[in-house]
Amino acid sequence: MNGLRSILLRRETGIAVMIVLFTLAVTLYKPQFFTANNLRVILLLTPLVMIAAMGQMLVLVARHVDLSMGSMLGLSAMITGMMFRDMPEVPWGLGFVVAIGIGAFLGLINGALVTLFRLPAIIVTLGTLNLYRGLTFIVSNARQVDRQFIPSDLKAMSQSSPIFGIPWIIFMAFAVALLTYWFATHTRVGRQIFALGSNPVAAPLRGIKVTLVTLLVFTIAGALSGLAGIMYASRWGFVNPSNTGFGFEFQVIAAVVIGGVSINGGVGSVLGVMLGVLLMGCVAAALPLLGIPGTAQGAIYGAVILIALLIDRSVRQQGIASLKRVRA
Amino acid sequence: MTEAVPLISARGISKSFAGVEVLRDVDLDLQKGEIHALLGENGAGKSTFAKILAGVHRPTRGTLALNGQPVEVPNPVAAQKLGITLIHQEPISFPDLSVAENLVLGRSEDGWWSGVPWSEMTREARRYMDLLGVSIDVARPMRGLSIADQQMVEIARALASDSRLIIMDEPTAPLTPREVETLFGIARRLRDEGRTIIFISHRLEEVRALCDRVTIFRDGNKVATDTIGNLTDADIIRLMIGRPLKEYMHKEVANIGEVALEVQGLTLPGVFSDISFAVKRGEIVGLGGLVGAGRTDVARAIFGVAPAESGTIKVHGKPAEIRQPDDAIALGLAFVPEDRAQAGIFRTLSVEQNITAAVPGKIAPGGVIRRAVEKVLAADSVKKLRIRLASVNQPIGELSGGNQQKAILARWLLADPSILILDEPTRGIDIGVKAEFYDMIGELAAQGRAILLISSELPELLALCDRVLVMAEGRLTAEIPRAEATQERVMNAAVPRSQRQVAA
Amino acid sequence: MSATDTTTTAEVGREAAPPRPLWHVILVRPETMTLVLLVLGVIVASQLSPYFLDVSYILRSFTLSAEFAIVALVLTMVIIAGEIDLSPAANMALSACLFAWAQASGVPIPIAVAIGLGAGLLMGALNAFMVIALQLPSIIVTIGTLTLYRGLAQVIAGDKSIRVPEWFIGIDRVLVFGLPVPVVIFIVTAIVLGFVLAGTIFGRQIYQIGTNEIAARHAGIRSRQIKLVLFLLIGAVAATAGMMTASRLGSVRYDLGLGGELQMVLMAMLGGTYIFGGRGTILGTFLAAWLLVVVSTGMTVANLLPAIQLTVLGVLLIVAIIATNFIYSRTQR
Repeated sequence: MNGLRSILLRRETGIAVMIVLFTLAVTLYKPQFFTANNLRVILLLTPLVMIAAMGQMLVLVARHVDLSMGSMLGLSAMITGMMFRDMPEVPWGLGFVVAIGIGAFLGLINGALVTLFRLPAIIVTLGTLNLYRGLTFIVSNARQVDRQFIPSDLKAMSQSSPIFGIPWIIFMAFAVALLTYWFATHTRVGRQIFALGSNPVAAPLRGIKVTLVTLLVFTIAGALSGLAGIMYASRWGFVNPSNTGFGFEFQVIAAVVIGGVSINGGVGSVLGVMLGVLLMGCVAAALPLLGIPGTAQGAIYGAVILIALLIDRSVRQQGIASLKRVRA
Repeated sequence: MTEAVPLISARGISKSFAGVEVLRDVDLDLQKGEIHALLGENGAGKSTFAKILAGVHRPTRGTLALNGQPVEVPNPVAAQKLGITLIHQEPISFPDLSVAENLVLGRSEDGWWSGVPWSEMTREARRYMDLLGVSIDVARPMRGLSIADQQMVEIARALASDSRLIIMDEPTAPLTPREVETLFGIARRLRDEGRTIIFISHRLEEVRALCDRVTIFRDGNKVATDTIGNLTDADIIRLMIGRPLKEYMHKEVANIGEVALEVQGLTLPGVFSDISFAVKRGEIVGLGGLVGAGRTDVARAIFGVAPAESGTIKVHGKPAEIRQPDDAIALGLAFVPEDRAQAGIFRTLSVEQNITAAVPGKIAPGGVIRRAVEKVLAADSVKKLRIRLASVNQPIGELSGGNQQKAILARWLLADPSILILDEPTRGIDIGVKAEFYDMIGELAAQGRAILLISSELPELLALCDRVLVMAEGRLTAEIPRAEATQERVMNAAVPRSQRQVAA
Repeated sequence: MSATDTTTTAEVGREAAPPRPLWHVILVRPETMTLVLLVLGVIVASQLSPYFLDVSYILRSFTLSAEFAIVALVLTMVIIAGEIDLSPAANMALSACLFAWAQASGVPIPIAVAIGLGAGLLMGALNAFMVIALQLPSIIVTIGTLTLYRGLAQVIAGDKSIRVPEWFIGIDRVLVFGLPVPVVIFIVTAIVLGFVLAGTIFGRQIYQIGTNEIAARHAGIRSRQIKLVLFLLIGAVAATAGMMTASRLGSVRYDLGLGGELQMVLMAMLGGTYIFGGRGTILGTFLAAWLLVVVSTGMTVANLLPAIQLTVLGVLLIVAIIATNFIYSRTQR
């Protein structure tokens, strides 16, 4: 009984119910929503956001935030794309190493600025958001890397499928999610991230190396943005200095906070984030069917972030209130 | 008890904070398998001593030995490894992590990437909970656990790291009587296993019920260590106080007039309840009690910082509705808060701005600041209160504590309040400046102001106040007129006990 | 008593740290850094191109950033009060879109302007509600509202431009005393806000709540009201700036003022506003706005890509915060 109650009260259950209700409602109105083809569309909308969301989750859990993800995605995708263009002899698999490595380096810079100079992450990453975007233009000379230069094997990852017609990149996104789950819940450093975000003052008292953990979190966020960058090249087949990854950070933040990751740190689950990403994907896929222009997406992301803040707040207050009751 | 090698021997432990010595040459041996109480007034040094043992503070001088071997305890993690655990009154925890995780966090030496053995961890945590005889679901998060349960988790943590010395800093204050019983049962069992427990408490009956030996601190010195059976409550209270009255404290005679401030049945559930008293014009009323007795909360409620839920406040005979501080200020109240850095000063702003902060109407009629007026007001205050500074334009953070406090007092005097609430006005202030404050407080009363003086220093209360109110655990426990006020009587009322007949 | 009388001047040194020398007080402050950089910028830029010695050229360049600069002045006050607002650039877009959309559907211009202004106030009020009443951190709230406001602008305007009437166009080309109107508005706003911040009790209390909000409340300062006023003010000023941009560009798109939050925060930071509140001046932001214009115009003149300018702005932001924090840590003991 108690177990059932706790399952029902979990945030993940709430989002899952929202997904089901939303799907039902849209399907009743437009039956073509719930078709294999459309589901595939929804799934294809999610992998990039899902991969980056795992990184953003860790950053938020540690009580920081990373606004520069879209630009890290763009810059690592661009450099990787240019490598494909200018050095066609390089094996395409190396692109992953390059993209992830560049992303990790950019993330490390964010982390270093935050920890070494004790600056608020939000201002630092607002700066690097623009800095990295500018660098993308500089390295690319403001030129797009066109379709013909992206290795076809890489592009095939978004189309060909090992099983059930589900393309490779979706499997990769799920693999990243699984890996993050393992990292966050089954390694000591993963738990230290949660401990740090849960009580930053007490963390050093329990021997947690705050600087190193913070650096690691930002580096992971960068590396995953880099991975999302090469996936972008795979999914869309080009890299554009201004479009690639632009505004991506808001999609990611929206999906992560609706997935139950608290902006106050310490709270977040991989399952919740996955469901949050899926919910945002469903909404994005439903918009054209419902005759709502795609331009409404930005407003929806904004509204979702604010609503998630409100939910987060009411959950917190409950926690505090219950503590008070016990004490009195 | 065998007088073998003591578990801990402290020798000549001293500690200074910012040049002020708070602990002086303390020698203390703690035996294996004893429960040892540390007693003393607020600020006597008992908590500082405990924190030095637990690696929270490092001693300025002195040595520690564990089982006869000299040791250094540079930080809490090192203390944990040496088998010393400090349990705070409100335990430090990671509210979003599970109980089991809180139990083991920081214990392991394993690397970053090593796995978290969840099932083993849970099993182990459950075993310790069983050992303690408490039923806490170890898989649930810490958030929402009662304080008593959080303490149990901390104790379990101490066991999990096989601590030989467990320090409990006022663990019983937030607990119900039944929870206290459970805690004591466990403490006794741990003692019988050969562990040592330090128990810090103000409740004498609890100390008597639980502890084998007591050590009493006063003014940073250890004044006695003895078996509890050798001391009566009266002995203990005498040892805790027993300071001579300072001679320079005297009180000017003021004409006591009509009632200025009257509170009736003031209650904030869980913090204080049914507080009623009155302060007359020209009168200094002391409010004594131990830290955490709710004195500051009453002051904050009267001033509207954190209003009470029920009860009435009357100012000069008229019922007053005080929802926020500026309501109180408009009624002629002023409040010098206890925590100067947090609630008093604007650290980086000029002394001048700090002094004039509460009188916007005086320096800026119509909203525009008249610099000349402000300068005159600030300079007058500096002269009147003898604030020592280099320039009124320097940031107030550059002044000494006593002069910062004078500036805060000056801020309120500019508002010409008829009722002044002073919360520990002389804390952290040099003895010489303290004397100045005492003179000023007396003068202010002589001018016909009503003064409510909250203080933990008994001599201060006795020398300055016309009446002393005493609070314990959120209630008023005594009202003592000046003629009858002694340190013993105040302390007796301040120490929470169920039986009150103990005083000799 | 005697204890006090013996406290002579010899002890003054112990009672209070000696004051910093006057030159230190005057020179070691972030605004000096801004001014020095501005002079340096002008010198370097004039080496790059003789145009730079032409005042009207600089003034014309300034009109391109004037709207952001005006909002940055108010943002400075918000940051000094210990909060932040990242949404005004999006607010500019949404209020301009509403204004353009209203007048395009036949609403008389004055009413359309009122709609734009009202929308700006409403957006400020929403930020204020979430931050003050619900006690949420302004930094995250305004990231949410930034996305929301920009998104709503996109919903209203779609991907198309909405034109504004011919006579409404060209505020930047109207000259008053030889200065373009946006520059005049900027200077007047700076003088007014500079006076409010430095000379009125309202401004004084902004510093006080930004330095220590708890102490401010204990001193009877109504911090919530002050913050409400600031959020409403920045909302209204952003709306005005949005409509000025509409007038300058002649049409409105949802991406009006895109990325403006960086420039505004940058102007405040470069001007020495302390990111954690309690310090900063309007003068600093005023100088920083000119500095930014000189830098970006200089880069344009030197034929640098706009993208490189983005990089430079990003670097400047980070360097400015580090430098400001450093200077404040020097002057604070």
